[in-house]
Amino acid sequence: MYSKYNTFFKGVADVLPLMIPVVPFGIIFGAIGIELGFGPYVTFATSIIIFSGASQIVIIQLLSAGASSIVAITSSSVVSTRHLLYGAVLNQYLFHLSIYWKIGLSYLLTDQAFAVSNEYFIKNNDNNFKHYHLVGSGLTLWIIWQVTTILGIFLGSIVPEELGLTFTIPLTFLALLVNYLRKIDHLIVIILSGTSSILFFDIPFKAYIIIASMIALFGAAILIKFNKR
Amino acid sequence: MSIWIPIILAGLINYLTRLGSILIINPNKMNATTKQILNYVPSAVFPAIIFPSVFLDQDSNIIHFTDPKIIAFSVAFLVGIFTKNLIVTIFSGLLTFWFIIFFIT
Repeated sequence: MYSKYNTFFKGVADVLPLMIPVVPFGIIFGAIGIELGFGPYVTFATSIIIFSGASQIVIIQLLSAGASSIVAITSSSVVSTRHLLYGAVLNQYLFHLSIYWKIGLSYLLTDQAFAVSNEYFIKNNDNNFKHYHLVGSGLTLWIIWQVTTILGIFLGSIVPEELGLTFTIPLTFLALLVNYLRKIDHLIVIILSGTSSILFFDIPFKAYIIIASMIALFGAAILIKFNKR
Repeated sequence: MSIWIPIILAGLINYLTRLGSILIINPNKMNATTKQILNYVPSAVFPAIIFPSVFLDQDSNIIHFTDPKIIAFSVAFLVGIFTKNLIVTIFSGLLTFWFIIFFIT
Protein backbone atom coordinates (compact mmCIF):
# COMPACT_ATOMS: atom_id res chain seq x y z
CA MET A 1 0.00 0.00 0.00
CA TYR A 2 1.02 3.57 -0.59
CA SER A 3 1.80 5.82 2.35
CA LYS A 4 3.08 9.38 2.70
CA TYR A 5 6.22 8.01 4.29
CA ASN A 6 7.22 5.45 1.67
CA THR A 7 6.22 7.73 -1.22
CA PHE A 8 8.45 10.47 0.22
CA PHE A 9 11.40 8.10 0.52
CA LYS A 10 10.81 6.71 -2.97
CA GLY A 11 11.24 10.30 -4.16
CA VAL A 12 14.49 10.60 -2.18
CA ALA A 13 15.81 7.30 -3.55
CA ASP A 14 14.81 8.07 -7.16
CA VAL A 15 16.58 11.41 -7.24
CA LEU A 16 19.78 10.35 -5.42
CA PRO A 17 21.69 9.05 -8.49
CA LEU A 18 21.03 12.42 -10.14
CA MET A 19 22.95 14.14 -7.35
CA ILE A 20 26.27 12.99 -8.86
CA PRO A 21 26.70 16.24 -10.85
CA VAL A 22 24.82 18.39 -8.32
CA VAL A 23 27.53 17.93 -5.68
CA PRO A 24 30.45 19.26 -7.76
CA PHE A 25 28.19 21.86 -9.41
CA GLY A 26 27.09 23.24 -6.01
CA ILE A 27 30.70 23.42 -4.82
CA ILE A 28 31.72 25.14 -8.05
CA PHE A 29 28.89 27.64 -7.66
CA GLY A 30 29.89 28.49 -4.09
CA ALA A 31 33.52 28.89 -5.12
CA ILE A 32 32.66 31.05 -8.16
CA GLY A 33 30.45 33.31 -6.03
CA ILE A 34 33.38 34.03 -3.71
CA GLU A 35 35.85 34.33 -6.58
CA LEU A 36 33.67 36.89 -8.33
CA GLY A 37 33.48 38.93 -5.14
CA PHE A 38 29.91 38.35 -4.00
CA GLY A 39 30.89 37.35 -0.48
CA PRO A 40 29.57 34.40 1.52
CA TYR A 41 26.14 35.86 2.42
CA VAL A 42 25.07 36.89 -1.07
CA THR A 43 26.45 33.69 -2.60
CA PHE A 44 24.61 31.49 -0.13
CA ALA A 45 21.41 33.56 -0.31
CA THR A 46 21.46 33.16 -4.11
CA SER A 47 21.18 29.40 -3.70
CA ILE A 48 18.21 29.88 -1.36
CA ILE A 49 16.48 32.66 -3.33
CA ILE A 50 16.96 31.43 -6.90
CA PHE A 51 17.63 27.71 -6.24
CA SER A 52 18.44 26.88 -9.85
CA GLY A 53 22.04 26.15 -10.82
CA ALA A 54 21.99 27.42 -14.38
CA SER A 55 20.08 30.63 -13.56
CA GLN A 56 22.39 31.34 -10.61
CA ILE A 57 25.59 30.96 -12.60
CA VAL A 58 24.20 33.15 -15.38
CA ILE A 59 23.18 36.00 -13.09
CA ILE A 60 26.35 36.18 -10.98
CA GLN A 61 28.58 35.92 -14.04
CA LEU A 62 26.71 38.71 -15.83
CA LEU A 63 26.56 40.98 -12.77
CA SER A 64 30.27 40.55 -12.06
CA ALA A 65 31.12 41.18 -15.72
CA GLY A 66 29.44 44.57 -15.41
CA ALA A 67 26.27 43.81 -17.35
CA SER A 68 23.26 45.93 -16.39
CA SER A 69 20.90 44.46 -13.81
CA ILE A 70 18.15 44.34 -16.42
CA VAL A 71 20.25 42.17 -18.74
CA ALA A 72 21.29 39.89 -15.88
CA ILE A 73 17.74 39.46 -14.56
CA THR A 74 16.36 38.89 -18.07
CA SER A 75 18.94 36.24 -18.95
CA SER A 76 18.47 34.41 -15.67
CA SER A 77 14.70 34.51 -16.16
CA VAL A 78 14.79 33.34 -19.77
CA VAL A 79 16.89 30.34 -18.66
CA SER A 80 14.19 29.45 -16.13
CA THR A 81 11.23 29.68 -18.53
CA ARG A 82 11.53 25.91 -19.09
CA HIS A 83 9.89 25.50 -15.67
CA LEU A 84 6.63 26.70 -17.21
CA LEU A 85 6.65 23.52 -19.31
CA TYR A 86 7.44 21.32 -16.30
CA GLY A 87 4.58 22.91 -14.35
CA ALA A 88 2.15 22.30 -17.20
CA VAL A 89 3.09 18.61 -17.25
CA LEU A 90 3.00 18.07 -13.48
CA ASN A 91 -0.20 20.03 -12.93
CA GLN A 92 -2.07 17.12 -14.47
CA TYR A 93 -1.26 15.33 -11.20
CA LEU A 94 -1.17 18.25 -8.75
CA PHE A 95 -4.27 20.16 -9.80
CA HIS A 96 -6.46 18.87 -6.95
CA LEU A 97 -4.03 20.05 -4.24
CA SER A 98 -4.59 23.13 -2.09
CA ILE A 99 -2.96 26.45 -2.94
CA TYR A 100 -0.52 26.01 -0.04
CA TRP A 101 0.73 22.74 -1.45
CA LYS A 102 1.13 24.36 -4.86
CA ILE A 103 3.06 27.31 -3.42
CA GLY A 104 5.40 24.97 -1.54
CA LEU A 105 5.89 22.34 -4.24
CA SER A 106 6.63 25.01 -6.88
CA TYR A 107 9.69 26.14 -4.94
CA LEU A 108 11.06 22.58 -5.11
CA LEU A 109 10.44 22.15 -8.85
CA THR A 110 13.82 21.56 -10.53
CA ASP A 111 14.91 19.69 -13.66
CA GLN A 112 15.88 16.57 -11.71
CA ALA A 113 12.83 16.54 -9.42
CA PHE A 114 10.58 17.08 -12.42
CA ALA A 115 12.16 14.22 -14.34
CA VAL A 116 11.93 11.57 -11.62
CA SER A 117 8.61 12.64 -10.09
CA ASN A 118 6.92 12.97 -13.49
CA GLU A 119 7.91 9.39 -14.25
CA TYR A 120 6.59 8.27 -10.85
CA PHE A 121 3.29 10.13 -11.36
CA ILE A 122 2.75 8.47 -14.75
CA LYS A 123 3.24 4.99 -13.26
CA ASN A 124 1.52 5.57 -9.89
CA ASN A 125 -1.36 7.88 -10.71
CA ASP A 126 -3.56 5.95 -8.27
CA ASN A 127 -1.37 6.92 -5.31
CA ASN A 128 -3.28 9.59 -3.36
CA PHE A 129 -0.05 10.69 -1.72
CA LYS A 130 1.90 10.91 -4.98
CA HIS A 131 2.83 14.57 -4.39
CA TYR A 132 5.00 13.37 -1.49
CA HIS A 133 7.31 11.92 -4.14
CA LEU A 134 8.00 15.45 -5.38
CA VAL A 135 8.57 16.60 -1.79
CA GLY A 136 11.15 13.83 -1.41
CA SER A 137 12.96 14.45 -4.69
CA GLY A 138 12.78 18.25 -4.42
CA LEU A 139 13.85 18.47 -0.79
CA THR A 140 16.79 16.09 -1.34
CA LEU A 141 18.08 18.28 -4.12
CA TRP A 142 17.46 21.43 -2.06
CA ILE A 143 19.46 20.17 0.93
CA ILE A 144 22.36 18.90 -1.19
CA TRP A 145 22.44 22.14 -3.18
CA GLN A 146 22.60 24.30 -0.04
CA VAL A 147 25.21 22.13 1.70
CA THR A 148 27.46 21.99 -1.37
CA THR A 149 27.11 25.76 -1.92
CA ILE A 150 28.37 26.27 1.66
CA LEU A 151 31.22 23.81 1.03
CA GLY A 152 32.22 25.76 -2.07
CA ILE A 153 32.03 29.08 -0.21
CA PHE A 154 34.35 27.97 2.59
CA LEU A 155 36.60 25.43 0.93
CA GLY A 156 36.82 26.89 -2.58
CA SER A 157 37.10 24.69 -5.67
CA ILE A 158 37.99 21.49 -3.83
CA VAL A 159 36.84 19.54 -6.88
CA PRO A 160 39.88 19.14 -9.15
CA GLU A 161 39.09 20.65 -12.52
CA GLU A 162 41.05 17.87 -14.27
CA LEU A 163 38.32 15.37 -13.36
CA GLY A 164 36.00 17.18 -15.75
CA LEU A 165 33.05 16.63 -13.48
CA THR A 166 30.98 19.29 -15.23
CA PHE A 167 30.68 16.67 -17.96
CA THR A 168 28.39 14.69 -15.63
CA ILE A 169 25.70 17.36 -16.16
CA PRO A 170 24.94 16.39 -19.79
CA LEU A 171 25.43 12.70 -18.87
CA THR A 172 22.77 12.93 -16.18
CA PHE A 173 20.30 14.61 -18.50
CA LEU A 174 21.02 11.93 -21.11
CA ALA A 175 20.39 9.27 -18.45
CA LEU A 176 17.01 10.90 -17.74
CA LEU A 177 16.05 10.19 -21.34
CA VAL A 178 17.03 6.49 -21.46
CA ASN A 179 13.42 5.34 -21.50
CA TYR A 180 12.75 7.39 -24.62
CA LEU A 181 15.83 6.54 -26.70
CA ARG A 182 14.26 3.46 -28.30
CA LYS A 183 11.11 5.32 -29.37
CA ILE A 184 11.52 6.75 -32.84
CA ASP A 185 9.10 9.66 -32.28
CA HIS A 186 10.93 10.71 -29.10
CA LEU A 187 14.28 10.28 -30.82
CA ILE A 188 13.18 12.68 -33.56
CA VAL A 189 12.10 15.24 -30.93
CA ILE A 190 15.41 14.78 -29.06
CA ILE A 191 17.50 15.35 -32.17
CA LEU A 192 15.33 18.30 -33.22
CA SER A 193 15.79 19.95 -29.83
CA GLY A 194 19.52 19.21 -29.66
CA THR A 195 20.36 20.52 -33.12
CA SER A 196 18.18 23.61 -32.58
CA SER A 197 20.01 24.36 -29.33
CA ILE A 198 23.35 24.31 -31.17
CA LEU A 199 21.94 26.38 -34.02
CA PHE A 200 20.46 29.07 -31.75
CA PHE A 201 23.14 28.92 -29.04
CA ASP A 202 24.43 32.44 -29.68
CA ILE A 203 21.16 34.34 -29.59
CA PRO A 204 20.82 36.83 -26.70
CA PHE A 205 19.67 36.13 -23.15
CA LYS A 206 20.49 32.40 -23.31
CA ALA A 207 17.14 31.92 -25.02
CA TYR A 208 18.37 28.83 -26.88
CA ILE A 209 16.97 26.42 -24.27
CA ILE A 210 13.38 27.59 -24.48
CA ILE A 211 13.54 28.21 -28.25
CA ALA A 212 14.92 24.71 -28.94
CA SER A 213 12.29 23.25 -26.59
CA MET A 214 9.45 25.02 -28.36
CA ILE A 215 10.74 23.99 -31.80
CA ALA A 216 10.95 20.37 -30.60
CA LEU A 217 7.44 20.47 -29.10
CA PHE A 218 6.16 21.93 -32.37
CA GLY A 219 7.81 18.97 -34.11
CA ALA A 220 6.12 16.65 -31.60
CA ALA A 221 2.74 18.21 -32.46
CA ILE A 222 3.36 17.54 -36.16
CA LEU A 223 4.35 13.92 -35.39
CA ILE A 224 1.13 13.44 -33.41
CA LYS A 225 -0.98 14.84 -36.26
CA PHE A 226 0.92 12.64 -38.72
CA ASN A 227 0.35 9.51 -36.59
CA LYS A 228 -3.38 10.12 -36.39
CA ARG A 229 -3.87 9.87 -40.14
CA MET B 1 22.12 49.60 -6.83
CA SER B 2 22.42 46.99 -4.13
CA ILE B 3 23.48 43.57 -5.32
CA TRP B 4 20.46 42.12 -3.51
CA ILE B 5 17.86 43.71 -5.77
CA PRO B 6 18.72 41.86 -9.04
CA ILE B 7 19.15 38.57 -7.16
CA ILE B 8 15.82 38.88 -5.36
CA LEU B 9 14.05 39.94 -8.56
CA ALA B 10 15.60 37.06 -10.51
CA GLY B 11 14.60 34.69 -7.71
CA LEU B 12 11.05 36.01 -7.75
CA ILE B 13 10.70 35.64 -11.52
CA ASN B 14 12.33 32.21 -11.37
CA TYR B 15 9.82 31.15 -8.72
CA LEU B 16 6.92 32.50 -10.79
CA THR B 17 8.03 30.36 -13.76
CA ARG B 18 7.77 27.34 -11.44
CA LEU B 19 4.44 28.33 -9.94
CA GLY B 20 2.86 29.88 -13.06
CA SER B 21 1.61 26.82 -14.93
CA ILE B 22 0.72 24.96 -11.74
CA LEU B 23 -1.43 27.86 -10.60
CA ILE B 24 -3.04 28.91 -13.88
CA ILE B 25 -3.51 25.85 -16.09
CA ASN B 26 -6.58 23.72 -15.56
CA PRO B 27 -5.71 20.23 -16.85
CA ASN B 28 -9.41 19.35 -17.10
CA LYS B 29 -9.81 21.99 -19.79
CA MET B 30 -6.76 20.80 -21.71
CA ASN B 31 -7.54 18.98 -24.95
CA ALA B 32 -6.19 15.51 -25.68
CA THR B 33 -3.63 16.69 -28.23
CA THR B 34 -2.11 19.19 -25.78
CA LYS B 35 -1.76 16.44 -23.18
CA GLN B 36 -0.10 14.25 -25.80
CA ILE B 37 2.33 17.03 -26.69
CA LEU B 38 3.19 17.48 -22.99
CA ASN B 39 4.38 13.85 -22.93
CA TYR B 40 7.30 15.06 -25.04
CA VAL B 41 8.47 17.79 -22.62
CA PRO B 42 11.47 15.83 -21.25
CA SER B 43 12.56 14.87 -24.78
CA ALA B 44 12.13 18.48 -25.93
CA VAL B 45 13.84 20.31 -23.04
CA PHE B 46 16.72 18.09 -21.85
CA PRO B 47 18.57 17.84 -25.20
CA ALA B 48 18.76 21.65 -25.27
CA ILE B 49 20.72 21.40 -22.02
CA ILE B 50 22.74 18.36 -23.16
CA PHE B 51 23.88 19.20 -26.69
CA PRO B 52 25.66 22.56 -26.18
CA SER B 53 27.64 21.21 -23.21
CA VAL B 54 28.78 18.17 -25.19
CA PHE B 55 29.26 19.48 -28.70
CA LEU B 56 30.41 23.08 -28.15
CA ASP B 57 33.69 24.34 -26.70
CA GLN B 58 34.11 27.42 -24.50
CA ASP B 59 34.02 29.73 -27.50
CA SER B 60 30.81 28.05 -28.70
CA ASN B 61 32.47 26.38 -31.69
CA ILE B 62 31.50 22.82 -32.57
CA ILE B 63 34.22 20.47 -31.31
CA HIS B 64 35.87 17.70 -33.31
CA PHE B 65 34.12 14.33 -33.34
CA THR B 66 37.16 12.63 -31.79
CA ASP B 67 36.93 14.84 -28.68
CA PRO B 68 36.78 12.76 -25.44
CA LYS B 69 33.43 14.33 -24.54
CA ILE B 70 31.81 13.21 -27.81
CA ILE B 71 33.24 9.69 -27.61
CA ALA B 72 32.22 9.28 -23.97
CA PHE B 73 28.79 10.73 -24.69
CA SER B 74 28.32 8.29 -27.60
CA VAL B 75 29.26 5.36 -25.36
CA ALA B 76 26.78 6.53 -22.71
CA PHE B 77 24.13 6.97 -25.41
CA LEU B 78 24.56 3.37 -26.66
CA VAL B 79 24.70 2.00 -23.12
CA GLY B 80 21.51 3.96 -22.36
CA ILE B 81 19.70 2.44 -25.33
CA PHE B 82 20.70 -1.11 -24.40
CA THR B 83 20.48 -1.06 -20.61
CA LYS B 84 17.81 1.62 -20.05
CA ASN B 85 19.56 2.03 -16.71
CA LEU B 86 20.12 5.54 -15.39
CA ILE B 87 23.11 4.87 -13.13
CA VAL B 88 24.88 2.58 -15.61
CA THR B 89 24.42 5.21 -18.31
CA ILE B 90 25.98 8.00 -16.22
CA PHE B 91 28.95 5.90 -15.11
CA SER B 92 29.65 4.38 -18.53
CA GLY B 93 30.01 7.92 -19.89
CA LEU B 94 32.08 9.20 -16.97
CA LEU B 95 34.43 6.19 -16.88
CA THR B 96 34.95 6.32 -20.65
CA PHE B 97 35.70 10.03 -20.34
CA TRP B 98 38.21 9.48 -17.54
CA PHE B 99 39.81 6.55 -19.36
CA ILE B 100 40.39 8.70 -22.45
CA ILE B 101 41.68 11.83 -20.72
CA PHE B 102 43.92 10.00 -18.22
CA PHE B 103 45.26 7.07 -20.23
CA ILE B 104 45.00 7.86 -23.93
CA THR B 105 45.51 11.58 -24.48
